[in-house]
Amino acid sequence: MTDSPAPHYKQPLLKTPFHERARALSQIDSFIPWAGYTTVDVFTTMEQEYFAVRNATTLYDLTPMVKYRVSGPDAVPYLNRLVTRDVAKLKPDRVAYVVWCNDAGHLIDDGTIFRLGAGEYRICTAERQIDWLLDSAIGFDVQIGEVTEQIAALAVQGPTSCAMLKAAGLRGIELLKPFEIGYFSLGEHRLTLSRTGFTGDLGYEVWMDPAAAETIWDILMAAGRSRGIRAIGSQALNMARIEAGFIMPNVDFVSAEHTIRTGRDRSPLELGLGWLVDFNKGHFTGRRALLTEKKQGSRRQLVGLDIAGNKPAHNALIYTDDGGKREIGSVTSAMWSPTCKRNIALAIVDAPHFQVGSTVWAEIYLNRELVWERRMSRAQVVERPFFVPERRRATPPAEF
Amino acid sequence: MKTPAGLDAVIVGAGHNGLVAACYLARSGLKVLVLERQPYIGGAAVSRRLYEDFTYSNCSYVCSLLRPEIIRTLELPKYGLQVIPYEGGCTMMQGGGHLALYDNHDALRREISRHSKRDAEAYDRYSRDVMRQCKFIKPLLMHEPPDPTSFKPRDLMELLYLGKRFHNLGEKRMYDTLRFWTMSAADFLDEYFESEIVKAHFAGSSIIGTALGPRSPGTAYVLLHHYMGDIDDTVGAWGFARGGMGAISNALGASFEASGGTIRSGAPVAKILVRNGRASGVALADGEEIRAPLVISNLDVRRTFLETMDAKDLPEEFLGQVKNFKIRGSSGKLNIALDGLPQFPAIPPGSPCTRGDMHVTDTIEMMERAYDDWKDGRWSRAPYIDMLIPSQIDPTMVPAGKHYMSVFVQYCPYELADGPWDAAKRQAFGDTVINTIAQHSPNFKNLILHAEIRTPWDIENEVGLTEGNIFQGELTMDQLLFNRPVPGYAQYRSPVRGVYMCGSSTHPGGGVMGAPGANAARAVLRDLGRAP
Ligand SMILES: Cc1cc2nc3c(=O)[nH]c(=O)nc-3n(C[C@H](O)[C@H](O)[C@H](O)COP(=O)(O)OP(=O)(O)OC[C@H]3O[C@@H](n4cnc5c(N)ncnc54)[C@H](O)[C@@H]3O)c2cc1C
Repeated sequence: MTDSPAPHYKQPLLKTPFHERARALSQIDSFIPWAGYTTVDVFTTMEQEYFAVRNATTLYDLTPMVKYRVSGPDAVPYLNRLVTRDVAKLKPDRVAYVVWCNDAGHLIDDGTIFRLGAGEYRICTAERQIDWLLDSAIGFDVQIGEVTEQIAALAVQGPTSCAMLKAAGLRGIELLKPFEIGYFSLGEHRLTLSRTGFTGDLGYEVWMDPAAAETIWDILMAAGRSRGIRAIGSQALNMARIEAGFIMPNVDFVSAEHTIRTGRDRSPLELGLGWLVDFNKGHFTGRRALLTEKKQGSRRQLVGLDIAGNKPAHNALIYTDDGGKREIGSVTSAMWSPTCKRNIALAIVDAPHFQVGSTVWAEIYLNRELVWERRMSRAQVVERPFFVPERRRATPPAEF
Repeated sequence: MKTPAGLDAVIVGAGHNGLVAACYLARSGLKVLVLERQPYIGGAAVSRRLYEDFTYSNCSYVCSLLRPEIIRTLELPKYGLQVIPYEGGCTMMQGGGHLALYDNHDALRREISRHSKRDAEAYDRYSRDVMRQCKFIKPLLMHEPPDPTSFKPRDLMELLYLGKRFHNLGEKRMYDTLRFWTMSAADFLDEYFESEIVKAHFAGSSIIGTALGPRSPGTAYVLLHHYMGDIDDTVGAWGFARGGMGAISNALGASFEASGGTIRSGAPVAKILVRNGRASGVALADGEEIRAPLVISNLDVRRTFLETMDAKDLPEEFLGQVKNFKIRGSSGKLNIALDGLPQFPAIPPGSPCTRGDMHVTDTIEMMERAYDDWKDGRWSRAPYIDMLIPSQIDPTMVPAGKHYMSVFVQYCPYELADGPWDAAKRQAFGDTVINTIAQHSPNFKNLILHAEIRTPWDIENEVGLTEGNIFQGELTMDQLLFNRPVPGYAQYRSPVRGVYMCGSSTHPGGGVMGAPGANAARAVLRDLGRAP
């Protein structure tokens, strides 16, 4: 991979193989570190980039996503002990969203598992954790290695993404079903595509050899020109993912591998990911604790909130009443949803107030030309995701 | 320096803890006199000029533990204290190569990855666990430890507080804590790291100042003790005191005098006087007697009770415990004036890691061997050194273009197997250290203008730390919390009414932390019925 020419103590952040392309398009030099790489936060404006996700098609450099290769005869039993879902049920060329926990049933991380071949899997995740993965492998005949630098990746997301990929020359892309993996050629380059993404919209993730990265970028950009293609940064992606109800590590939860204070760990049940926990598949790390929690009920839960007014409830504390007497949680992610025209948020809320339909109050601070005002806004606990377009699942997808 | 009349309290020793206690007492309105044996103040937190315009931090050299609440309450910045952070650190390997520590997390991960990819990620888990333990212990630092055998409401409350904090940790972390407090640094590090150099680098702080090796049980706690300053999330509490460690003591001295206190230096106390079972003052070495109803000793517990008090004024059992207090010297120190910046070929050009703490011990095995020498009554032939060049960051210490190097050395015995220390042996010890450094820096020896070489014996004689033990007593479980310095007397009070302890022999222990001094002042004020 394109290691920066300067040594790491002068330039700690690596550049992805798309870096030069991204830099050329970056109008405001807004870069942020992500998993050891420098990546674009905003290219032009967050709003323009966000609307491209919901209206046209977008490229997002996914390379820093941490990738592990898991292979060997015990790959399935190993993964089944690691994650809470039943990996044995994952069919060839399919992707599953998974979480993994420690013995206490607290979330270490979430991610996706790709079944790439016989005994051949890939885990994609936000944070490095070879340490945890290797410890979990004791007693299993598996090989685990990080392959982040060997695979470049682009998220191609938006209503015209399928049409754009077709135009680029990916024949049969329209037949790829959600969470399916397909193999394609583009000129001399071989691409792996998965119909996955973090936007909740129609979209794909394109996995390739880093050497092909710039060529592929150019081909996709050219193919998308008449379909409104834009490169987007992390800010726009973040808006889309909140609407889609996806959680982010270090935003909506802190990995149990990183918490320092007691009581900051979160279980998948608390995060509303109970549907990912399969108690019938046999033993997995955290099972006993999760079973207990399931029986006794969770003490808190991550919920979607629909909040009165249009001021995003960033970092708001949540109360039972508008007087702010009893604090029952706090907002982890918040935004005004431009598509839903709703003031939405993800929040951790104590039992029993996390039931859908409950009314709670959010304490919102507004900066009005440097004068701060405090608002108590009524909020409703609602179903997540906030936005689920039909096109997300349609196969074949429409032209736009 | 005349002695004010009508004193409320005399403090024996102007170490930083004596000065901290003095400041708090003076601020609450007491008339306080500090008596110091040396012509300068600070004890082991001192800056002195021994060669031309070079300022040395003669003993302690990094400010990592000084409690921010003390800095703030005593207004030390107003009196000249500025702590400046330093960058990273490194261990140079035998035969070339190095491991650097960088402040930037990504740079650090890539650096550790050069040695072990797994260790690079295990480092996060390691820091997390160390921080978890520190978070648990931190609130105990500024608390008087409870007496577990007492039924006084305060003790019960404190015990309850301790128990509650412990309970809040959750079952698993509770076990971790107990393990942590008793295991060896080597075993502890083995649970995280596979690379020898990584383990060796982190093991360093587990042996600094102790008469234990990295494989001795209890050293994991010492490692933690050194991390304690990291937890405060307060930027600027960690690093070099601008002007050397004496800047801390001088700021304390100025703060004390500004609240009406008096310091007499060059005034060694020979005896703490007791009349009718209570403190009545002190007698100086020249026979002068100074009256005061409260005497607070900054000296270590051995020196206080065995050398400056009459045995007949003290209960026998207590004296026995004091005699058994473990306070073994194991560290030496070199302060070196340099004509320029030494080169370290193992470090790549432009790396900032030489602006932090540098080491040359690349395996735990080597550290343990260094400890074996100490047990045999000789200084380590291949010593563990903690070497810094503060003049790269602090512009006040040396003339432009010159440099000052502080070299802390582990291990060096207080008593040599082949007879007492003398000038020749001191020089030989110094040469061992200089040769060790020269193996990693070809131009080092040619740059040396002056070197102050201090053995534990010198440290005892100059600073008054018994056997030269830098912490005024080992930081082992049997001498921590309510066992420090001795069971039953962990609350800064002594068996004699009016005699208190405020030095590092008391909870929470050694280092330039100030917590013992502040806690002691609080105990004194509570006994006087005054608000602290
Ligand atoms: C070589 C060395 C390196 C160190 N490095 C560090 C470091 O980098 N960071 C860190 O945090 N800690 C370090 N320490 C530890 C730290 O310096 C000490 O634990 C701390 O300074 C002790 O402070 P104190 O006030 O408790 O006692 P002391 O500093 O020992 O103060 C006692 C005072 O009493 C005086 N005194 C003694 N006898 C008499 C008498 N009879 N009459 C009157 N006065 C008397 C002494 O002269 C002295 O001033 C180091 C210590 C040493 C020796």
